[in-house]
Amino acid sequence: MNFPAELFYTPDHEWIRFDADGTAVIGITDFAQHELGDIVYVDINTIGEVLGKGDVFGTVEAVKTVSDLFLPVAGEVLEVNPELDGAPELVNTEPYEGGWIIRVKLADDAQKDDLLSAEAYQELIGK
Amino acid sequence: MTLKQLPLHHVHQQLGAKIMPFAGYEMPVRYTSDLDEHNTVRNAVGIFDVSHMGEFIVRGADACAFIQRVSANDASLLYDGKVQYSYLPNTQGGVVDDLLVYQISPVEFMLVVNASNIDKDWNWISRYTDGLAVELTNISDSTCLFAVQGPLAAQALQSLTNAQLDAMSYYTFEKTDFAGFANVIVSATGYTGAGGFEIYVANEQAEAVWQAIMQAGEPFGIKPIGLGARDTLRLEMGYCLYGNDITDTTSPIEAGLGWVTKFTHDFVNADALKAQKDAGVPRKLVGFELIDRGIPRGHYALCDAEGQVIGEVTSGTQSPTLGKGIGMGYVPTAFSKPGTEIFVNVRDRLLKAQVAKLPFVKK
Repeated sequence: MNFPAELFYTPDHEWIRFDADGTAVIGITDFAQHELGDIVYVDINTIGEVLGKGDVFGTVEAVKTVSDLFLPVAGEVLEVNPELDGAPELVNTEPYEGGWIIRVKLADDAQKDDLLSAEAYQELIGK
Repeated sequence: MTLKQLPLHHVHQQLGAKIMPFAGYEMPVRYTSDLDEHNTVRNAVGIFDVSHMGEFIVRGADACAFIQRVSANDASLLYDGKVQYSYLPNTQGGVVDDLLVYQISPVEFMLVVNASNIDKDWNWISRYTDGLAVELTNISDSTCLFAVQGPLAAQALQSLTNAQLDAMSYYTFEKTDFAGFANVIVSATGYTGAGGFEIYVANEQAEAVWQAIMQAGEPFGIKPIGLGARDTLRLEMGYCLYGNDITDTTSPIEAGLGWVTKFTHDFVNADALKAQKDAGVPRKLVGFELIDRGIPRGHYALCDAEGQVIGEVTSGTQSPTLGKGIGMGYVPTAFSKPGTEIFVNVRDRLLKAQVAKLPFVKK
């Protein structure tokens, strides 16, 4: 399993990448997609909403299970990966690239301190 | 509760299976991909280790009479080598379990029951032996069961047996040679709607038989299949799963099991079920498919167009074959006709669905 060092992680198995323009991209980890199995639908209905850290911003539906998605930092949901509508399996095949889920505009007071490094996340999941 | 392991647990671990608790057992739920495993069974052939299932042997001059007492279907219609689907009614209007009844000989039958109900069923049927020359034996712990399912199953297995597999009718079985062992029950049954066989073997034969099937099936692309795909395959056919769609408190008549409820003989709670069938039932178990995009899951509310709750999803999934959400649930009889519009409450949104004719996927 792959956990890129440049990303940050949450105990709920999301990853987040901070971009220079004050936005961030969020998806689920390789471990998460593997546990869930084949993703068949990514259901995001929070576009335009300002959400707090830890709020549910959508759900990811696998064949056998459904799982809530939690926002790693406070911010406004700007967009959903448009590719996922027709190809939700990208979350399985490219969890950190083509399978990204949303982009958010960070809140001014977005707390990043308790996000996990790749190393700390791997330790958490025992991989 | 301590989880039991299948005799071939180590084989599934070596194959990389994701193992999860189910019905008191550590079961392989997925080897690679639910979708790939599902499609393998629909289009080619796959093998399931469903050794968690329970098997009881019923022997004696009154074996058939005993089964007639506890089982709703008519066991007198069986003949040697014939299998029958049935259920055990309880006295409160519900279902103890659903099962398969095998007639091995006029004085020997095998009952195949759900893993989660082995002890409950055993205790239940043991109460109904009074005055009958019958002996019950629970062989669940010494018996393995492999389901080899898919359109290529007969071809894939033919080299392992002298039985003429493609000539066997659905719901018949032979006690025959298989993979070098004698007297193996090879049954043209399954829980997938894809055709195929279920093979009952003694624990000590299980690993050799599994490996022989994998080897014989290799040219046909055989793959091990987990419980995840087993559930999506059965749900595409509209087959009931005990614990979800039928339970101790659901009426078999409401569940659509009237076709295996034969009032030609007397059985547990027959009078009440007959009265219910004659009077008509207030609700029915139906299949439905989503028109809006979404996936129904167990216990989601079913609603009418005004959002009033009319029932609950008992089983639901994304159908890999149809590419849309499908499910089953109990609705008032007025909503039970195929084509009727109903709604599923998915995360507080009412998604449009319609009652469907079963099976969802035509054979």
